[in-house]
Amino acid sequence: MYKSEAASWFRIYEMFNFQSFHMYGIIGSALVIGIIGVQLIKRNNVKSFYGEPIRFVPKERGFTRYMVGGTIFGLGWALAGSCPGPIYTLIGAGYVSIIVVLIGAILGTFLYGLLQKKLPH
Amino acid sequence: MDLIFEPWPWYVAGPLIALIMFLLIFIGKQFGMSSNLRTFCTMCGADKTADFFNFDWKAQRWNLVVVVGAALGGFIGAHLLSNDVAVAINPETISSLKELGFNSAGSAYLPDELFSLEALTSVKSLSLLLIGGLLIGFGARYAGGCTSGHAISGLSNLQLPSLIAVIGFFAGGLFMVHVLFPLIF
Repeated sequence: MYKSEAASWFRIYEMFNFQSFHMYGIIGSALVIGIIGVQLIKRNNVKSFYGEPIRFVPKERGFTRYMVGGTIFGLGWALAGSCPGPIYTLIGAGYVSIIVVLIGAILGTFLYGLLQKKLPH
Repeated sequence: MDLIFEPWPWYVAGPLIALIMFLLIFIGKQFGMSSNLRTFCTMCGADKTADFFNFDWKAQRWNLVVVVGAALGGFIGAHLLSNDVAVAINPETISSLKELGFNSAGSAYLPDELFSLEALTSVKSLSLLLIGGLLIGFGARYAGGCTSGHAISGLSNLQLPSLIAVIGFFAGGLFMVHVLFPLIF
């Protein structure tokens, strides 16, 4: 994450301006390999390291939660320039301020937990 | 050897992300980073305030190991495997950022205007970081996943809900960068 600059605020801003292929290349290549790999696992009934069958849990159907929740997430992703994985990468790299983003993210998760039953899903 | 110290190209990083996802699949887990935020809430006692946090967080300890790994990776990447922090973004991006007041564009890893220690004393940048975090945490849980859970894991399994969520991610991101940034900065 750090070395590919996917944890850089600047790369996220550049991505949302469509001014570089870099981030699309990272997500796109991970995705192409991911789709092929998942299909191979499913078709060949590949077992896990422990010999158990691999189960893929389908996402619950719905629209509102994915569209609204996704948009809210996107606003934060672009503003803080970091998604939940790279937050830890940046803490490890020594950027103290990102801890404020982490605290915000934990509070946001807590807020969702409180409001979950009142929100349309 | 020099190549390791240079920024890694997308065709190295993308396959590595896919590799992490498959490693987790092969140990019977799912790749998703934002779930850890819920674990933190429960660890702090949030299970007493809302049912959503009432789950066995210890079963999620493996994911906290991923968190520690991500932090270690950040430390190694930044302190042992890099010579230069500058991120070589598109010159056009640099000039549009400078117009917004981001003078560190092109010479830093994160913008000083938001992330430097001095910026922490400014109410504006401090609240922007906190609000950004809030939106990330709230949105990720509402949507049931973030970039790793939906854009990578979910789309790899051709899940329609994940596609809707990723469209939302971009709708929100584009709105922030193109409509709200000129008003905020």
